[in-house]
Amino acid sequence: MLTASIFIPLGGAGLLWLRRDMEPRLARLIALGVSMVPLILMAAAWIRFQPGPGLHFQLIESVPWIPTLGVSYRVGVDGLSLPLAALTALLFTVSIAYPVDLKGRAAEYFGFFLFLEFASLGVFLALDLFLFYVFWDLTLVGMYFLIGVWGHGEEARRAALKFFLYTLAGSLVMLLAILGLYLATEPRTFDMAEIIRQRPLAGGGLRASLVFLGLAIGFGIKTPLVPVHTWLPPAHVDAPAPASAILAGVLLKMGTYGFVRISLSMMPETFRRYALPLAIFAVVSIVYGALVALAQPNLKRRIAYTSVNHMGYTILGIAAAGAVVLGSETARALAMTGAIVEMVAHGVITGALFLISGSIWQRAKTYEIDELGGLAGRAPWLTAAASVAAFASLGLPGLAGFVAEFQIFVGTFAVYPVLAGIALLGIIITAALFLLMLQRLFLGDLPERWADWPRLERSERWGLAVLILFIILIGVVPAPLLAVIQPTADALIELLGTP
Amino acid sequence: MPVQDVVPELILLGGGVGVLLFALFAPRRVQPAAAGLSLLVLAAVAMVSIPMLGEQQTLTFFETFAIDDTALWGKLMVLSVTALIVLLCVDWFRTDARHGESYTLFLFSGLGAILLAGAADLMELVLAALLASAPGYALAAYHRQSRQASEAGIKYYLLGGLANGGMLYGAMLLFGLSGGTTFSQLAQQLPEADAFPAAAGFGLVVVGLAFKLGAVPAHAWMPDVADGSPAPAAAFLTIAPKIGAFIALSRLVAVMPEELVAWRPLLAILAATTMTIGNLSCLWQDDIRRLLGWSAVSQTGYGLMAITALGRSHLALPALLFFLAAYSLANIAAFGVVISLRGLRTRADFAGLSRTRPALSLALVIAFLSFVGIPPLAGFTAKLALFTATMEAGYTWLAALAVANTVASLFYYARFLGPAYFEPPDGDRDVFGWRPLLVVAVCTVGLIALGLGAEIAIDAFGRAALLPGSTP
Repeated sequence: MLTASIFIPLGGAGLLWLRRDMEPRLARLIALGVSMVPLILMAAAWIRFQPGPGLHFQLIESVPWIPTLGVSYRVGVDGLSLPLAALTALLFTVSIAYPVDLKGRAAEYFGFFLFLEFASLGVFLALDLFLFYVFWDLTLVGMYFLIGVWGHGEEARRAALKFFLYTLAGSLVMLLAILGLYLATEPRTFDMAEIIRQRPLAGGGLRASLVFLGLAIGFGIKTPLVPVHTWLPPAHVDAPAPASAILAGVLLKMGTYGFVRISLSMMPETFRRYALPLAIFAVVSIVYGALVALAQPNLKRRIAYTSVNHMGYTILGIAAAGAVVLGSETARALAMTGAIVEMVAHGVITGALFLISGSIWQRAKTYEIDELGGLAGRAPWLTAAASVAAFASLGLPGLAGFVAEFQIFVGTFAVYPVLAGIALLGIIITAALFLLMLQRLFLGDLPERWADWPRLERSERWGLAVLILFIILIGVVPAPLLAVIQPTADALIELLGTP
Repeated sequence: MPVQDVVPELILLGGGVGVLLFALFAPRRVQPAAAGLSLLVLAAVAMVSIPMLGEQQTLTFFETFAIDDTALWGKLMVLSVTALIVLLCVDWFRTDARHGESYTLFLFSGLGAILLAGAADLMELVLAALLASAPGYALAAYHRQSRQASEAGIKYYLLGGLANGGMLYGAMLLFGLSGGTTFSQLAQQLPEADAFPAAAGFGLVVVGLAFKLGAVPAHAWMPDVADGSPAPAAAFLTIAPKIGAFIALSRLVAVMPEELVAWRPLLAILAATTMTIGNLSCLWQDDIRRLLGWSAVSQTGYGLMAITALGRSHLALPALLFFLAAYSLANIAAFGVVISLRGLRTRADFAGLSRTRPALSLALVIAFLSFVGIPPLAGFTAKLALFTATMEAGYTWLAALAVANTVASLFYYARFLGPAYFEPPDGDRDVFGWRPLLVVAVCTVGLIALGLGAEIAIDAFGRAALLPGSTP
């Protein structure tokens, strides 16, 4: 079932690439239909998944691939990967449906989108480090072409190359670290569950530190953590809006997912030692991301920097969960749960925000906040969606962001009270920047040139409605999501041991 | 004399002569048939060689020639490469009425590469290197009217003469120290020899092989040959001798006592400088053939990592063989694209290629991404195996440097892929016959299949011995 959800998009991509002269409408329909399949399969997986205590993978599908090297094709889910894979399927369907300037290359565009969906689902579902790396690198290829071909103008090519080079550097450093980990296993294997059981390099030492550092650099670039975030703003600004939504909503999560799945689970002893530095990097990202976002006149760049801020919360939660202090199990489990929920919540919220910015670009051909204004009267739907997403992003209770950030902060206060205090600044700045943004975009006088601002198309309304629905649902009834995540979070805390 | 052990080589020799005689007497219009004849010869050699795989791996002819699986895999790779290049030639040399004899040169040079792969004796090593080189000089300058081709030929010849001369001198030193020329004798006698002359002799032989590999310090011919020689000859010369020389070098270092000559750090430094110089020279390259020449240099650097790890990691030899297969396929695919689109050279020429020639454009993407090492292409598995072996051997810094180089390499490959996909085309692009397209298709499918089916290859390469130094 999981295998089908990974490879059916690849088949769709192949079909679309072969029939490049296809009608744009037909190509969109095919892509949409194909992307529905993983969505339905993920829903089915969600139903079949049985949350239970302990760290064990379910719905496993496995075939040997390169047994000489200990590589197998192995996919499966647990309480960490299932929500992220489901989020991936959801965001892809919405993003594919969303209108965008296709530049006369419709079938290719949707082909690359499905290819990216194939790779992204693979990253979250893979239970073998080799396979994980294969999918990880393929996401770079897919995103490179999406930004380069369908991005905005000449700048997009440079942004695409910068993205590719920067994240490839990160992924290769990660590869060396993975190999370091692999060489320490006995018998040699890339099987994630087996490595988690073996705990290679548990004795510490220089080698363990280097491997941890390599992983941290690789995942840190992807997340992104300050100071290795500089690829993100240009990539976001110049990418077509649906690709930005995927970049922020899905690809960034791979970094934080890697921190939990690999750094924390496979080297818990080393993670404990380096939890504090990681938390400090997270707090720097939180405050720096918020401050820089506040200063951005460009709508998309502003949202991009809030991603740096929000991913900082996630890392802070993960680091707090890894800081083994006496008597803090409950708080740390809360922080871990919060971090995982934040990944999902940020995916939905920022996905919605980037799609909204795409709708604005389609109509205004600009992202400059100062050139817009007073749109509330002309575009009530857009205003409503943007308001909900922005309020969710700044952490208003009752919406998805609150559930996540509340748990992260409660958990972190028990472990790193000072850092949590500084990080709260980030929340305040974020609130300010979103309120200012809403005010300038939608309130005030409507400039003359936007007097005939076109209404939202049906696909835009539906796409945003679905995402907004999830933002509210996670905020109001988080229980089904937490039921899946919590047992895994508890198991991860158990894995880290006691002081 | 165990003549049956060298039947493949004898067939290749006889076949090469046969093709030459055919080309001499055949009228002009049937000259292309020499290509078909060459393919038949190559197929016959492969047919005789394949059953020898997995049989007894041993030394033969008074321990001067190895018929182990390493040599056989090298042989099969050289044969396949030569066959694919022969296919690339037919259309390229269409206007040259008497091009039949060029196939003889390919066959003889290929024979030299095959003998290099099996060489277990210093004399045989030198002879094989000369045999691989001499037809190569002629091939490099095959377009007699072209100044670039003459320049490439002269450069290749002068550097080759120097390197081969040095190699002969080095072989002489080693012979003097050990009293014998076979590798088995070297292994026995050298531990008692003087360190300085041994190091000098070894160093000179390595430089001679570095010329065939395109490694520092004898790499300078590669970009000129890639640029000026006939494209099929350039593809051949950057691949086939390299396969032979890599295996020959492995065989030699496997018998060198480490206490006497610190070859491991030496080769690590050679690998580091080769990959870095090759890469840096690629960075702002606007001509695709010079780019391929320099990238061939940098790829040699990656391959040398495996030799650095030889004896310390079981994965070193399989990694080397896998790397050679992946490199050959990607390089032929890239040259095949260049040949199919004869005349395309600069980056600007590639604008909009994904619209006018989507299949060739995709092939170029696959070849380049395999060079970079993007999964699941063969180049990725090769690099993964190389990195693992290098780290296991304790040379993590070398693997880290290779990673830095890999990131840089993406930059210059993307400088050609970018225009092909991101820019609008300016007019249609003609292709140059169906045979290059067939070769490109075979190589790109091969790159994907070898990447996905890596198990079969790695498992088979893992059973290969490297006589007389190491057994699996």
